[in-house]
Amino acid sequence: MTPFTYAKPESVAQAVRSGAGHQSDAKSSALDFFAGGTDMVQLMQERVRNPEHVVDITGLPQLDRIEVGEQSTRLGALVRMSDAASHPHIVEVFPVVAEALLASASPQVRNLATLGGNLLQRTRCGYFRDVVTPCNKRIPGSGCPAIDGQNRGLAILGTSQRCIATYAGDFANALMVLDASVLIAGSAGLRTVALADLHRQPGDTPHLETHLQPGELIVAIELPHLAVGLRSHYLKVRDRTSFAFALASVAVGLDMASDGTVRDARIAVGGVATTPWRLPRVEQALRGHKLDAELCRAASALASADAVPHGQNAFKVTLLERVVARGLEETGGLA
Amino acid sequence: MVAPESSYGEESVPPTSGAAPAVEPHTIRSVDVDLTINGAQHRLASLDVNATLLDCLRDALHLTGTKKGCGLGQCGACTVLVDGRRVNACLCLAVMQQGKQITTIEGIGIEGDLHVLQSAFIRHDAFQCGYCTSGQIMSGLACIHEGHTRSDDEVREWMSGNLCRCGAYTNIVAAVREAAQGSVAK
Repeated sequence: MTPFTYAKPESVAQAVRSGAGHQSDAKSSALDFFAGGTDMVQLMQERVRNPEHVVDITGLPQLDRIEVGEQSTRLGALVRMSDAASHPHIVEVFPVVAEALLASASPQVRNLATLGGNLLQRTRCGYFRDVVTPCNKRIPGSGCPAIDGQNRGLAILGTSQRCIATYAGDFANALMVLDASVLIAGSAGLRTVALADLHRQPGDTPHLETHLQPGELIVAIELPHLAVGLRSHYLKVRDRTSFAFALASVAVGLDMASDGTVRDARIAVGGVATTPWRLPRVEQALRGHKLDAELCRAASALASADAVPHGQNAFKVTLLERVVARGLEETGGLA
Repeated sequence: MVAPESSYGEESVPPTSGAAPAVEPHTIRSVDVDLTINGAQHRLASLDVNATLLDCLRDALHLTGTKKGCGLGQCGACTVLVDGRRVNACLCLAVMQQGKQITTIEGIGIEGDLHVLQSAFIRHDAFQCGYCTSGQIMSGLACIHEGHTRSDDEVREWMSGNLCRCGAYTNIVAAVREAAQGSVAK
């Protein structure tokens, strides 16, 4: 690990003033926030990120709390994944969140990793993580060997000519179907951004992964209680049963009438897209219809309408449709 | 949307202009670190702030029972308990562990007076080369404490952060479940 300096601010204001960054190219990573460290240490050990300064934010007050309010639940950015996954209110009201968290990483990693950091975890693309290869995300303009290379795990949705790296997280996909937002502290104060607007598609600037500005810090995640009563569920398909990143995953939220008619549907998928990814066409195909196996199949066939496969990852087109169908059936009590 | 009442420093975030300098001083590369390991205090003088807890345990304190496998949080060989919770020591900066209770394999039993889980590993032949074993046992302790031992499948899921390349999984699961049931006296 490259030597760095260390500071531990005691307030959000101090942390924000440090100006620590989030973007991915090596040049702009002089100063990094550090919390759970589960991805940061991997990136530093493999020289993908080489910060000159590390700002330890684990001493910031109040950010390790889960607060259940009248109209929303607020998850502090420093809440550990394991604590959120076992919180009785989360388990009962937002099962898709608890299930997505428990489907992530290992018990040891979940005890360290924070919710805020989880949202900002970096892609597992092997070229991004291997500093001897070109990568537009790591070194802008250097090229993307993945597009014609080892891309079995990479994305089929939201890709560009510059980058097809998969967004690796599970938690963010669950948040997508709950209309969650993130509370961000910056030098001008606090702002709220919909989770759906936090991440950026790669386009021509794959090194810019979020809309966070230098110094900005996610301080909390807000779950509106509008989603209470939603049947929700997370299904993740991997190469092995546990402790692996998704080949394809689906977060499902269904609002169903007692006769099985879908009043509202929210679907987000992981392991197949460059950002957390909603499937509005699938949702639209479900609304107003009675959920049965045929509807699940027909709607899920629309999941891959925009898919662009790149050789090794072509199997994900069919896998995505089947995972969405299975996720719908399980959520709706059909499987 | 009305958020729950709380303060996230809303009042204390100042405007950009006239802001105080960044976190002061931002020049610390090494620092004296006090760690509590297996109940004993250790002072590490002038420790590099980029030292992991794992390297600190092994190289500075010579507590070599904790093993270094991948160094990337993927194998679990370095599992220790911090304030009773299992973590990968390779992913922790030592400087961030001050004021916490760290427990390593050296802290749970000694030759002739093994922990019940250590005895169960021996009885069930739950290892071949032994490299992953201290991590398996520390993780197994936490798994039992967390209550994730009601079935073989549950143990497999909750022990999935510990790889065994010899493939002793069947016997590891048996040892963890036996120790959890407390059916064998220490």
